[in-house]
Amino acid sequence: MRPTEATEEAARVLQLCSACMYCDGYCAVFPAIAGKRHIPLADIGHIANLCHNCRGCWYACQYAPPHPFAVNLPQALAAARQQSFADFARPRWLAKSFGRNPLVVAAVVGAVTLLALAAVLVSVPAETLLAVHRGDGAFYRVVPWGVMSAAAGLSFLWAVGALTASTLAFWRAIAPRKMPRKALRSALRPALSDIVSLKNLGGGGPGCNDVGEKFSRERRISHHGLVAGFLLTVLSTLSAAVWHHATGTPAPYPVLSLPVLSGMLGGVLMLAGIGGLAAVEMRADRAPSAAAEVRLNTVFLVLLGLVSASGLAVLALRETALMGLALTLHLGLVTGFFLVLPASKMVHAPYRAAALLRAAVDRIVSPPRRSGGE
Amino acid sequence: MSVTMETASGVDVLVAGGAAAGLCAAVAARRAGASVRLVEAAPRAFRGGNTRHARNFRIAHDGPAPWVPDTYGEDEFLADLLRVTEGDTDQALARLLIHASTGIAPWLADNGVRLQPLDSGVLPYSRRTVFLLGGGKAMTNALYATAAALGVTVSYGSELVGLRIGPDACAAEIAQDGTTEHVTAKTVVVATGGDQADPEALRAHFGEAAERIVVRGTPYATGRGLRLLHDAGASPMGETGRGHLVAVDARGPHVDGGIVTRITGIPYGIVVDRTGRRLADERADTRRTHYAQWGPRIAACPGQIAYLILDQEGLRRTAPTALPPVTAPTLAELARRLGIDPVALEATLGEFNEAALARQPATRPIRVTPFAAWPLLPGVTFTHVGIAVDGAMRVVMRDGSPAARVYAAGSIMAANVLRRGYLAGLGVTLAAVSGRIAGEKAARHAAD
Repeated sequence: MRPTEATEEAARVLQLCSACMYCDGYCAVFPAIAGKRHIPLADIGHIANLCHNCRGCWYACQYAPPHPFAVNLPQALAAARQQSFADFARPRWLAKSFGRNPLVVAAVVGAVTLLALAAVLVSVPAETLLAVHRGDGAFYRVVPWGVMSAAAGLSFLWAVGALTASTLAFWRAIAPRKMPRKALRSALRPALSDIVSLKNLGGGGPGCNDVGEKFSRERRISHHGLVAGFLLTVLSTLSAAVWHHATGTPAPYPVLSLPVLSGMLGGVLMLAGIGGLAAVEMRADRAPSAAAEVRLNTVFLVLLGLVSASGLAVLALRETALMGLALTLHLGLVTGFFLVLPASKMVHAPYRAAALLRAAVDRIVSPPRRSGGE
Repeated sequence: MSVTMETASGVDVLVAGGAAAGLCAAVAARRAGASVRLVEAAPRAFRGGNTRHARNFRIAHDGPAPWVPDTYGEDEFLADLLRVTEGDTDQALARLLIHASTGIAPWLADNGVRLQPLDSGVLPYSRRTVFLLGGGKAMTNALYATAAALGVTVSYGSELVGLRIGPDACAAEIAQDGTTEHVTAKTVVVATGGDQADPEALRAHFGEAAERIVVRGTPYATGRGLRLLHDAGASPMGETGRGHLVAVDARGPHVDGGIVTRITGIPYGIVVDRTGRRLADERADTRRTHYAQWGPRIAACPGQIAYLILDQEGLRRTAPTALPPVTAPTLAELARRLGIDPVALEATLGEFNEAALARQPATRPIRVTPFAAWPLLPGVTFTHVGIAVDGAMRVVMRDGSPAARVYAAGSIMAANVLRRGYLAGLGVTLAAVSGRIAGEKAARHAAD
């Protein structure tokens, strides 16, 4: 991480938090700073990504503004987190697209989608495009299988490659200097449990301050819905690929088949999760937020919403004259989505997973110093 | 939540003070069926008095619970209290309050207060105290939310400034934004805290030294409620001149610094005044309560300022602090930066280091550079004065009779049981227990 105003503010606030520690029951951030008289720059990125933006500490803070210490930990960590996304982005030129995220995402996804529509309009005769197609290979009469696989596959590989490179850069920066293999192995299970359960969106029991002073589980539940929906769409894609290659029967598949059912349920779950998260984002108290993070979240939710809604549209319209256009739109959006993925909110997932793994290792190698009250 | 101006508006129970004691009184009174009005002197952002800076509270219990392990008997609690107060306590009242502490954790939990589970965070083992998840401000947030949900009327920036106790009701004056509102209340609970944030009171307690004494907690503990009760004929309790004074970072805020400016690394270094002279043996007492002995020592120093001098070894052992220490490569440079006589400081440290190895057990000399230092001022947590109460938390008048319709809870009654010393977590316990009793009794009395 570069030393900036954001990292300096995070270090200042974290030092005050480390001297106080009243919030240690809320999440993994506080045990990670326990007993530390100074938070080194190298740890700021780690701690910023451990923070799940639960905001319990903001409402509980005896030093929140107008107190002269002006402690706003969720905001300070959100700003540092945004910087970590840019600083560890690989290839490095991706860093710039975090600063102008709405513009970059709209430009790339818009251009790819329009290009796909234009290509189909130019290359596919109108009577084919607007015909009702039924039976095996109906989709591929509009967009050939090779084109479809190449667009989705290559953009997907780019996304996975860039996200992996970014996450490795982040991990190298935050990995503990001394990390016995045994500790890493024993940390895997608790880390995985923290990642999958979103334990740190629990506020230590009562839930998070998603919207305001009242505790809620809205964000945690919506996030689980979104992730479950996303995994179901992955299952849909994989099962369709297996079906295609194992039986030689190309899509579309019957409604009561694994690819269609899982895709449908996945799409609906994703939309429900997106709706829940968007509702939280819109109503949330902005005092503990960082504007850049709100922008990144909003852009990602809109994008995910478009991808899942267009996927469901293909299913709904697949036996009508609009199938061709819906399919092209969905394909364009999916391709654009993968292209911008390494410069989107998506990076929070592997970074947070890495930070939770480091925290789990730390708990084994150097358990935090206990600290008490008055 | 603004209140419309009404002349002589009526309420069953008026609660003055919106920290743990007042909130527990308001919630308990409302649950007992009374109409309740709560006035809090602070604006909303700083509501909650010194509860905002609290962390844990002490309870007697005869078995483990999700928030506290093992057992801590009522007799053991009382023995601890007798030890720190050197027996100077109202034992009957102490027994009653300690007994009430056995039920206070579940009662608070039922009223929305989140207690920290034992296996979370980095809690030290503590069978005597329960930790508040998120600390005292989270506790007050929860109680304010519960009070509002129950229908307690709350006004901020509102202070009880006048009180007349009548045979059938009390006439209270409440000041808000320069206007005065007259409220008739069947009963009044005064839970406005101590007097430690009032400069005049501090002068009365600590003389000249008061000028430099840092107020660790809320600036709204001005002792106004205390004086009102005194003027209404209440019997005073406790002793002027006594208070809980600790060493705090001189560079911190002069008021409201809370826990983070407290300096706890004294046993790892030496403490000198500005002439370079040591105040006392820093290693004579290394218990967790040692810091309460240092406030009075610093208050007795020239200029009420002292300096904790550490080397890198000592610094390593020191708990995190809000502000980093002043550091210098040599002792002379450190002395220059702090404004201490460098020759005297060199001599003091030399003497300390020479004696250190001869000590039994041997003490680590202070010599690993760079040196570090914290400038220290005395910081007051609370003073040991208050108002006498009976077992129902009714204010006791100077003729020994209980006041007809006035109750006291929290710091304002603490001196009945705590006239010297301190026990960790006692403040919130006394507040919650006395507040709950006062609220229930005040509501019952109002219904008669």
